[in-house]
Amino acid sequence: MDFNQSADENLFDHARIIGKPHTRVDGALKVTGTAPYAYERHNVAENPLVGYPLGSSIAKGRITRMDATAARSAEGVAAVITALDIDELPRADSNVAKLFGGEWVEHYHQAIAVVIADTLEQARAATRLIEVEYEEIPGEFDLDDAWKRLQDRDVVSHVGDVDAAFDSAEFTLDETYHTASHSHAMMEPHATIADWCDGKNMTLWTSNQMIEWTRQALATTFELDADNIRLESPYIGGGFGGKLWLRADAVLAALGSRETGRPVKVALPRPFIFNNATHRSGTVQRLRIAANKDGRITAFDHSAISHTLPGGSGEDAVNQTRCFYAGENRRVAHHAIDMNLPESADMRAPGEATGLAVLEIAMDEMAEKLGMDPVEFRILNDTQVNPEEPSKRYSDRHFVECLQKGAETFGWAARNTTPGGKREGQWLIGQGMAGAYRGSPTLDSGARVRLSEGRLIVETDMTDIGTGSYTIIAQTAAETMGLEMRDVDVRLGNSAYPSASGSGGQMGAASSTAGVYAACVALQGEITKRLGVESARFENGQVVSGDKSVALRDVAQGEELVGEDSLHFGDFKDELEIGTFGAHFVEVAVNAYTGETRLRRMLSVCDAGRILNPITARSQVLGGMTMSIGAALTESLNVDTARGFFPNHDLAGYEIAVHADIPDMEVIFLDTQDGASTPLKAKGVGELGICGGAAAVANAMYNATGIRLRDYPLTLDRMLDRLPGA
Amino acid sequence: MNSSNNVERQTKTVTPNSSTYSLTINGKRHTLTLDNRTTLLDALREHLQLTGSKKGCDHGQCGACTVSINGERVNACLTLAVMHQGDEITTIEGVGDVEHMDPMQQAFIDNDAFQCGYCTPGQICSAKATLDEIRAGIPSHVTQELNGPIELSDAEIRERMSGNLCRCGAYANILKAIHQVAKEQATEERS
Repeated sequence: MDFNQSADENLFDHARIIGKPHTRVDGALKVTGTAPYAYERHNVAENPLVGYPLGSSIAKGRITRMDATAARSAEGVAAVITALDIDELPRADSNVAKLFGGEWVEHYHQAIAVVIADTLEQARAATRLIEVEYEEIPGEFDLDDAWKRLQDRDVVSHVGDVDAAFDSAEFTLDETYHTASHSHAMMEPHATIADWCDGKNMTLWTSNQMIEWTRQALATTFELDADNIRLESPYIGGGFGGKLWLRADAVLAALGSRETGRPVKVALPRPFIFNNATHRSGTVQRLRIAANKDGRITAFDHSAISHTLPGGSGEDAVNQTRCFYAGENRRVAHHAIDMNLPESADMRAPGEATGLAVLEIAMDEMAEKLGMDPVEFRILNDTQVNPEEPSKRYSDRHFVECLQKGAETFGWAARNTTPGGKREGQWLIGQGMAGAYRGSPTLDSGARVRLSEGRLIVETDMTDIGTGSYTIIAQTAAETMGLEMRDVDVRLGNSAYPSASGSGGQMGAASSTAGVYAACVALQGEITKRLGVESARFENGQVVSGDKSVALRDVAQGEELVGEDSLHFGDFKDELEIGTFGAHFVEVAVNAYTGETRLRRMLSVCDAGRILNPITARSQVLGGMTMSIGAALTESLNVDTARGFFPNHDLAGYEIAVHADIPDMEVIFLDTQDGASTPLKAKGVGELGICGGAAAVANAMYNATGIRLRDYPLTLDRMLDRLPGA
Repeated sequence: MNSSNNVERQTKTVTPNSSTYSLTINGKRHTLTLDNRTTLLDALREHLQLTGSKKGCDHGQCGACTVSINGERVNACLTLAVMHQGDEITTIEGVGDVEHMDPMQQAFIDNDAFQCGYCTPGQICSAKATLDEIRAGIPSHVTQELNGPIELSDAEIRERMSGNLCRCGAYANILKAIHQVAKEQATEERS
């Protein structure tokens, strides 16, 4: 099905099931511990061996010697494969660091060996017996140093005359900010069971957000025909971008299986999530804003630096500054500096999460300089077109309504506007807000639907990483076919099924439901053909054409009818800016003596097209808000700038938000529909919640204390010397 | 798994470094001969194929492996199976199954108190223990009044649940689920 123009009024505007609250269809499996995650598939591969990885203990250099003699003869060990045993494996385009093989080390904890044994205990113990000698090469690991010596700017785009605008502006801001590196820290470590016993056909039971990308990456890595590779990933214990790509667990399990002729399973030990897998790069950002005294912004100038392994792209923190607010003159620059830290790559809202964490503090600072309310300042500088390219309009943008609805619901008008001016005992009370923006891309998506005896089975390689895909896909199919939720079974995450968008970039829900809709329409065509009618309505389990009505159960008379199609998104979308918008409001209490910061409440108002299921969408936004609180207050992959690694590589040292950190939270969805996005008029919402949330916390802390923090995480040591105490 | 492989594995694991012991899991007695280094979590997941208890970190830092041992919640990854001769262990499989869900499991569904589901069994085991501990008068870091019954406040629940991490960020909904069950229990107690 081609989607070549904005959707007009259609069945989703009169929906029975889409847009209504439905609890998760996979809920019972998850609360009883019976949803099968990758490492737990005891029934798929007979008698598997266990692989345990060894990571490099240097950041950059060459392995000069490896001796695995003792490991190979250790109890229970079936095989040891070292990096020196095989040539460097070819890298898929999506992998920056090599995943295994060869003498060169590019980052700390890069996999350099795997031990395959009968049990985990045996494999783990034997890795300690491998002797490794290195020739270390000095590397660069200090982002601030790189930022300081930066001379030329890698300008991404420049519209108007920024320098002239700053020269003539009545108000200007020029500040520098830091964001820390972050780990996805999903609860399920990367894990794979591999069966490549015959060295020809490879089957992986794995935990991966993108089935088809990863199948192709495996084909490149192992120089196989992709048709000989099968992947299953029906349940994924969180991803957040960390499981977009082929990673070492799958590669080591596959190598082990080929070597031993037995299925092999590998889970990355938790420390490997931080230094072997990918992370979000920290940034240094300089932001300049120019405005006239009426509050209108005349120029933005935003430059940022992030780290990457050679060949990667780092964390582009400046991109949203090109289009979020109005302003005639704008310049952004992004420097991706080569460093031999572990691979930086996409994490939830790559770019926007770190860019808005800074831009939205700067907007707060600018509003203060102008003596304006920060909500009013943002409303004044709203735009309905891409300010770099004014002929390109936003398809559907309700940012102002988000701000107004949020301010009204939160009670913004009653807030104390004097920073440090409100105190309850030893607590300084503050309120702050921030804007949120995230693009809403779509990817062509396919699905197959099978109707048999009145039951509908949906098959697509789309994944559910906790996002609610199973549920919204069941809703889409039931709605389109005139069935009830209980009549639909959804099967996901299998390379045997038609390829869909996968879960990433906030595009999964909108794209994959459009693909399922296309497949259902194809099935409707099969049904009308079978009945010999031109057209029909599908309602209440019946096919209705004229005065003729047949139960769907009886249409195929015992046979199975199949519909398969993909939704192809047309070029007309390139002429539009399609995005999602939001506003966050936060109240904090900061201890006047210790600087301990406690959130009291947080509200987010979201404009994200049609909300397919308010229960699962709300949870997505709550999750983003929660992650933004962690980013604001505690999360930091600290860098050992001498040795080049993240030393706080566990869940005690890398502090994600816990129950006690999270206050009352509220989410409001504006009732919008964006016909330019998909036939369902839906957009993504999975990443919007993390965009801007950290800045809302920072701004609330400023309002509480009068101390402006520009370096994340906003820990108490950064303000202890300036707190009022008594 | 065929029988010859079974025999082969068993003879391999009976060494001076292994032990034989019995423990009761979800009401059923199991006798195991395992490598002494085997954690309770791996005994459950790998050897008894009770995979409801999850391995998130293997460091006792995430709580995904929370089980009940003789009525107290424990991180199963931080304790060796060999230490539990004779102990009574309840895992999520013993809390309830799809046909017979515990009220806490149902409350998690009702309140969408999970997303990816990986931390969920541990959250549910901890949530049940949290209510039991409050009812038993065991104080926490945030308990204000040590004499008399402990108030079932948001702060009290959040504090006691803070050893169970959820990266999907379902905390706000988990709190609601726990309150729902607490309310149901209070209604039952009154009637």
